Amino acid sequence: MAERPAEPILEVRDLVKHYPLTRGVLFKKRTGAVRAVDGVSFELAAGETLGIVGESGCGKSTVARTLVHLERPTAGRIRYRGEDITRLSGRALKAVRRNIQMVFQDPYTSLNPRMTVGDIVGEPYEIHPEAAPKGDRRRRVRELLEVVGLDPDYAGRYPHQFSGGQRQRIGIARGLALRPEIIVADEPVSALDVSVQAQVVNLMERLQAEFGLAYLFIAHDLSVVRHISDRVAVMYLGRLAETGTDTEIYEHPTHPYTRALLSAVPRPDPAARARRARIPLAGEVPSPAHPPSGCRFRTRCWKARERCAREVPELAVPEAYRASGGPAAHPSACHFAAEPDEPDEPYGTGEAGRGA
Amino acid sequence: MPEPRVSPAGDGAVAATGAGGAMDLATSEGAARERGPEGPPVPRGTAPGDAGPGGGGPVGRPRGLWADAWRDLRRDPVFVVSALVIVFLVVIAVRPSLIAGGNPLSCDLGRAQEGARPGHPFGFTAQGCDVYTRTVYGARTSVVVGVLASLGVALIGSVLGGLAGFFGGFWDAALSRVTDIFFGIPVVLGGLVLLSVVTSSTVWPVIGFMVLLTWPQLSRIARGSVLSVKQNDFVQAARALGASSTRLLLRHILPNAVAPVIVVATIALSTFIALEATLSYLGVGLKPPAVSWGIDISNASPYIRNSPHMLLWPAGALAVTVLAFIMLGDVVRDALDPKLR
Amino acid sequence: MALLEVTGLHVEFRTRDGTVPAVSGVSYRVDAGETLAVLGESGSGKSVTAQAVMGILDSPPGRITAGRVLFRGQDLLTLKEERRRRIRGAEMAMIFQDALSALNPVLTVGAQLGEMFTVHRGMSRKAARAEAVRLMDRVGIPAAKDRAGDYPHQFSGGMRQRIMIAMALALEPALIIADEPTTALDVTVQAQVMDLLAELRRELAMGLVLITHDLGVVADVADRIVVMYAGRIVESAPVRDIYRRPAHPYTEGLLESVPRVDRKGRELYAIKGLPPNPRRIPPGCAFHPRCPRAREVCRTEVPPQFEVAPERTSACFFWRETPGGTGAPDGTEMRGGTEMPGGTETPGGTRAPGGTEEGDG
Repeated sequence: MAERPAEPILEVRDLVKHYPLTRGVLFKKRTGAVRAVDGVSFELAAGETLGIVGESGCGKSTVARTLVHLERPTAGRIRYRGEDITRLSGRALKAVRRNIQMVFQDPYTSLNPRMTVGDIVGEPYEIHPEAAPKGDRRRRVRELLEVVGLDPDYAGRYPHQFSGGQRQRIGIARGLALRPEIIVADEPVSALDVSVQAQVVNLMERLQAEFGLAYLFIAHDLSVVRHISDRVAVMYLGRLAETGTDTEIYEHPTHPYTRALLSAVPRPDPAARARRARIPLAGEVPSPAHPPSGCRFRTRCWKARERCAREVPELAVPEAYRASGGPAAHPSACHFAAEPDEPDEPYGTGEAGRGA
Repeated sequence: MPEPRVSPAGDGAVAATGAGGAMDLATSEGAARERGPEGPPVPRGTAPGDAGPGGGGPVGRPRGLWADAWRDLRRDPVFVVSALVIVFLVVIAVRPSLIAGGNPLSCDLGRAQEGARPGHPFGFTAQGCDVYTRTVYGARTSVVVGVLASLGVALIGSVLGGLAGFFGGFWDAALSRVTDIFFGIPVVLGGLVLLSVVTSSTVWPVIGFMVLLTWPQLSRIARGSVLSVKQNDFVQAARALGASSTRLLLRHILPNAVAPVIVVATIALSTFIALEATLSYLGVGLKPPAVSWGIDISNASPYIRNSPHMLLWPAGALAVTVLAFIMLGDVVRDALDPKLR
Repeated sequence: MALLEVTGLHVEFRTRDGTVPAVSGVSYRVDAGETLAVLGESGSGKSVTAQAVMGILDSPPGRITAGRVLFRGQDLLTLKEERRRRIRGAEMAMIFQDALSALNPVLTVGAQLGEMFTVHRGMSRKAARAEAVRLMDRVGIPAAKDRAGDYPHQFSGGMRQRIMIAMALALEPALIIADEPTTALDVTVQAQVMDLLAELRRELAMGLVLITHDLGVVADVADRIVVMYAGRIVESAPVRDIYRRPAHPYTEGLLESVPRVDRKGRELYAIKGLPPNPRRIPPGCAFHPRCPRAREVCRTEVPPQFEVAPERTSACFFWRETPGGTGAPDGTEMRGGTEMPGGTETPGGTRAPGGTEEGDG
């Protein structure tokens, strides 16, 4: 799709979000922290779609929430057009918010049941009165509803009179109202019926072309992410495991976790049943309150060696591929990314014997 | 291992948050019980949206929670009966002279303990006052105490509880501990202690006492309700737009969190009426010359063997009134509860 | 004799605003050792059918108005509740989507599993406990012996689902009905759980009814598929056939709308419109307002089940125009199949004109 312009409009550097674990009734004592996001960096160019995939608890939703200022990052920087927005507040924050909007996962809880659709879509103008003159708002709301494929005459109805797909359209219309440059979409289609998902994906793509939007598209459905994304980032336990273009990630994954994840996706092709080689992952995702030392994936990885427990792997293009280029030359946070081995036998379970 | 949320789910009220996933929930898919066609319970389910081809549109009349509740209530005989009783009570509380011409305080000792007779259908009290007139005038006290105490409790409780739930943090924790303390105080015992020093014969000390001791209950409900509404994505969406706390509270949280508070306040109303009677009976509530069913019951109790009518009429009126408010609270709760739809 | 045979099942719900049909004439069969996938979106009636089969339909408001559910030749619907209860759990068991709410939170998993044996098999507590540990081990719970004393909330989602499976398997039933067993799980965990289910099914030669909306999961494990839409079966076929050559426009649309590599950058195919409201199912073929092949007859007449091939039906008047009817290889090309040309399909021309009608209750 869009070719990548040099200047990113959004730049995230070493983003960290820890949730303190506290004890105590009135005066809380800090006993530890859940490291939901622990050093994530990426950038987003204008008009581009960056997909973030990962399993529940990997921190992808937390990243989304920090970008739209629903959470304050514990550390790290988020730059919008070169300006650090992490510590903004008041008027300056409000101005930035106009440009970064969010679309939520659950169309049932993301619309206020006590407000009409017109009020919901028009609320951004009430909060940001400078965005549209008062007399013009009604017309704009109608326009927005039309843009997302809803009859503008439904502006007077309440959300519960709409189905999930329609509600998601309403949520998207609200997100578009302020003409943002960036839309953060947290699992926007995963609560929808299969036959409706495609409609919403198409709508989002159409809107992107029409308004030049940049998307941060978060989902666990790998095929949808591939379809819509220019670049994909894979997250595991609060860190990025691998980033690259969709082809680089899907066709030439170099991080063991990405490989396992891709191999686990059921393909709607019964003929592939015999061919598929699933890489089973040992054990379970460790608690983000006590992540493993070194590489976070090592407790479940068949490639793990002693070095993995000692050194945190950097998200960088593997040395071996750096010179040669090609699709495998994309950032991967694995010490042994360049070793193309597959697990050939059921490997150990959990931490045992892995130098934990 | 879910991603942590800032605030833990509150105690008490459970929100009808839709579950994610493009799947039906295991039970009663589709049609049953006013669910939306996509599975998760619709918060205030009425006709689930469906549409014709091509984007389509919603169906059904625009109805809100209140309209739905009203539609349910109108058809409910329990509601109709209790509402009629309550309307009647309110009317005679405002204008007792409509049905009782006499003066509740004009008594004729010569007629003490006499039974019913023309013009005095309920007979006379030990002081020779007309039981009918006193019973009618007693309604005023009960209704005033009940309504004002409920309003006060609802107001104080929901403001404190709501703010604590919304902002969280230290004040929330502090409020929780304070409510814990109040829950430990037995209401009647507290009344005996606190009200025994009051000499005023107006209703205000009693109302004040009731509000003081029972607001924590409402504040808990309000807090829980606000916490569960706060979790909804629409609140997050408004925050992401840059909405102020005032807007979040008034526009998004209040309209969605108020129903449980109203229900509990309605049910509490009957408790207050009974409590006023109890306290007055014990001699610490209203004091003569105030007219109250509690006082009359108290005065009549020594004569229950010889002149039961002196006790039965005010006690009966009290029972009917309390029952009417309990029933009203009950049906209002059912009508406002989306989970029962 | 089929293990389970559902014929002409009708279920409706009584609500305040009238009667709503949820299932309208569903028929399917499952043989021992076979996996039947019931594919459908929410509101299609797939879960309600399963509940009716299991005898756990909430009633009221649900009501079975017609049909038969033959389990080993015995009509469950006419059976006394007492007898049915004995069949449930011992001979047929169910796995739910939400394991956390399906397990009792105040009992340890060991106790819950053990209860199956003390109640149904009359085992001693100690023996039952040992049996529970063996089962937990069997479904791949590490350190089963130590973890039998844990409560459900102490397990991760995937492990809880395993415990549910263990519970369903405890009495070695002949039939398992799994209602979206992996929908709430992450892909890697989903893969593990599905593998486990498939393996156990094979080993114990059970029949498995897998209820799902996920085309990928179905392709992975099912032998045969029935596709449901608005309370009816629109297509039923062996799994290979349906993916390569769907014989109903709805199935066709579903398969088309799956994002695929070679379609990147283009619009996804999207079935227009929305799934129907169960209260207002369109007359005639329920899919006609969304169907690109719909004609006049679809608006007025309910299509019967046409036999497209042996073991293969479609409820579409114009099934001959679908990939499944024409035998056109368009399906193979689009779906990236590198498979041998259809061994099982018969070209549509050999069918009797108009197709063979099967009873549609």
